[in-house]
Amino acid sequence: MDWMNAVIQGVLLGGLYALFAAGLSLVFGIMRVVNLAHGDFIILAAFLSVVVVGVTGLGPFLSLVIVVPLMGGLGYAVQRGLLARTLDRGVLPPLLVTFGLSVIIQNLLLQIFSADDRRLDAGGISTASIGIAGQLAIGWFPVVVFLAGVLAIAGLQILFTRTALGRAFRATADDQETVRLMGIDNRHTYGLAVAIAFGIVALAGVCLGIRTTFSPDIGPGRLLVAFETVVIGGLGSLWGTLMGGVILGIAHTIGAKLDPAYRELTGHLVFLLVLLARPQGLFAKPVRET
Amino acid sequence: MPRQTQGKDAMPDATASDAERLVPRTGTRRRFIKGGAAAVAGLGALRAGPARGAEREIKIGYVSPRTGPLAGFGEADEFILAGLEQAFKDGVAIGGKRHPIKLLVKDSQSNPNRAAEVASDLILNGKIDLMLVASTPETTNPVADQCELNEMPCVSSIAPWQPWFFGRGGDPAKGFKWTYHFFWGLEDIIGVFTDLWQTVPTNKKVGALWPNDGDGRAWGDPERGFAPALKKLGFEMVDPGFFKPLLDDFSAQITAFKNAKVEIVTGVLIPPDFTTFWTQARQQGFRPKAVTVGKALLFPRSVEALGAIGEGLTTEVWWSPNHPFKSSLTGASARDLAAAYTNATKKQWTQPMGFIHALFEVAFDALSRSGKAGDREALREAIKATTKKTIVGDISWAKGPVGNVAKTPLVGGQWGKGKQFAYDLTIVNNKRAPFIPTSGTLRGMV
Repeated sequence: MDWMNAVIQGVLLGGLYALFAAGLSLVFGIMRVVNLAHGDFIILAAFLSVVVVGVTGLGPFLSLVIVVPLMGGLGYAVQRGLLARTLDRGVLPPLLVTFGLSVIIQNLLLQIFSADDRRLDAGGISTASIGIAGQLAIGWFPVVVFLAGVLAIAGLQILFTRTALGRAFRATADDQETVRLMGIDNRHTYGLAVAIAFGIVALAGVCLGIRTTFSPDIGPGRLLVAFETVVIGGLGSLWGTLMGGVILGIAHTIGAKLDPAYRELTGHLVFLLVLLARPQGLFAKPVRET
Repeated sequence: MPRQTQGKDAMPDATASDAERLVPRTGTRRRFIKGGAAAVAGLGALRAGPARGAEREIKIGYVSPRTGPLAGFGEADEFILAGLEQAFKDGVAIGGKRHPIKLLVKDSQSNPNRAAEVASDLILNGKIDLMLVASTPETTNPVADQCELNEMPCVSSIAPWQPWFFGRGGDPAKGFKWTYHFFWGLEDIIGVFTDLWQTVPTNKKVGALWPNDGDGRAWGDPERGFAPALKKLGFEMVDPGFFKPLLDDFSAQITAFKNAKVEIVTGVLIPPDFTTFWTQARQQGFRPKAVTVGKALLFPRSVEALGAIGEGLTTEVWWSPNHPFKSSLTGASARDLAAAYTNATKKQWTQPMGFIHALFEVAFDALSRSGKAGDREALREAIKATTKKTIVGDISWAKGPVGNVAKTPLVGGQWGKGKQFAYDLTIVNNKRAPFIPTSGTLRGMV
């Protein structure tokens, strides 16, 4: 029963990881940029939600109506104003710029909101429990987060495969020179991609803020998990990101079941095994050589 | 030079270190004073001429975390320092002469390397006479090490004494020469926690949450930590093992606690970890009778952030407005200080406030007894000989567990619905320090 519990909790945790990772996966998949400030943007979104909740009196879930477009707009601006200037200059400049953003965001948040711990109060749902059998019980909120993760991934998948914008995204990812010949403004496409990624970052931030307390400095801690999730699932594969999250989540809970000290170790081991056996990730589509 | 507090009449940015470098430390040439006492001293100078104008300025360096993960500890610094500037405006009398005081304040950015760096800068370029440092071993230890190295008198606080002493390789037989510390120790927190638990009926099974960080390893140490002490008192400890801080999932620990029928939970957790644990415990139907953790429940904002599930949690209390002490500098009681803070900032009092104020009380007292300005050895001996009633209680290095360590009292408190703010901390157990009044009795958890 305990093992079963560990697996169930692991799957639910995987939903959270996938949510953390989806934005990172998207930006990397389309632009080949690793956003080192990803974790800090998640925290920024959580703080934005705090402000929205404070000003409008909406609940944290409803605050998404405002926070998601705000973060999307910010994403577009960051891409067009900052990242776009670094894209064709090799691997290092985008890394440095996002690293700088990470430092700037943390300190800005500290200046504005102080080091106090915050939390988004979603009322009873954050502690509500579903009894399954005997000792086994899971929380409502982790289920909600898991579903949010699945829906976000499914939404992205539909966007990518069924819409003109999705085609533009994929085409731009494949070859931005040719895309321009076809009349698509690749800079605008990139901007939109980052905007969508930031919309998901907003969702992740609000979920994180309801789940636990946060303060300006905890963003970078989320980056490693998100990164491992993306790599396990396969770069550029959206369902892979969800599966990567679930695999990493189960690895963590099973490891912790053996001994809490093994939790990270089993996660890293799974990560390493995947890198050895399938460096492109478990669910990545075969890479076409161009 | 970021975050430097200077006297009101400080010269616009002829920064201290630049100005000081032009003047030999113990030189015969006396300098015009720029600090808080400039008004008084300046008048004298006008009458008697610059040569006999004013006494040498006493510089106190202060390092604390103002930004980064530990910034909560430094949050009240600005308020406390502003109050001190007022108290220090007439300077300090040393050997019959009045010396103006100047505070040089540095931010450690919650980073031990940065703390060491600013400490050495204060000592070598700032030419300070005395170092004060506060909040967590990550700040106190590197700064104290720099001071020991550079033979600079140093007083520190807000870090349990074991990590401060043993963490720096202290030998109880020899102690340190230049660095002094006041706070409580692990033995006190174990005592307070178990005192609390003995007042509620439980099966004496304690579930432990030890993160793999400095505090967690010290508290969870199988020989010197909680385990042996609990065993002696008839408690049984369920320790699932060390975990990496900033954990997203505590279901393994919760399952272990449930299986062992744990009724008491303890640990030393950062606030996000405690929130995750406590929320998940509710989700997974784990309801202990007492939850007493260190660190995570220190700041009112952290408890407030928990929402309704913060009710009834217990923690250690090292300072509160209820402590029956008053400042030797301003005469303000603990209650006055907390009220003034809330008045000025609209924020609730925090425990570090009292100790940061007390650091400067000790400094002022030692300076005034040191006999000769600029004599480091004399100042060190004065610190060593301190017996002072401060806003955190009596401080004396004569009866510490090891030389260089003075202990302050520790009691147990419980969070409950507050009047002015969401949660108030009530002292519910004072077995180890009966002179600190309780203001309630321990309520069972709902």
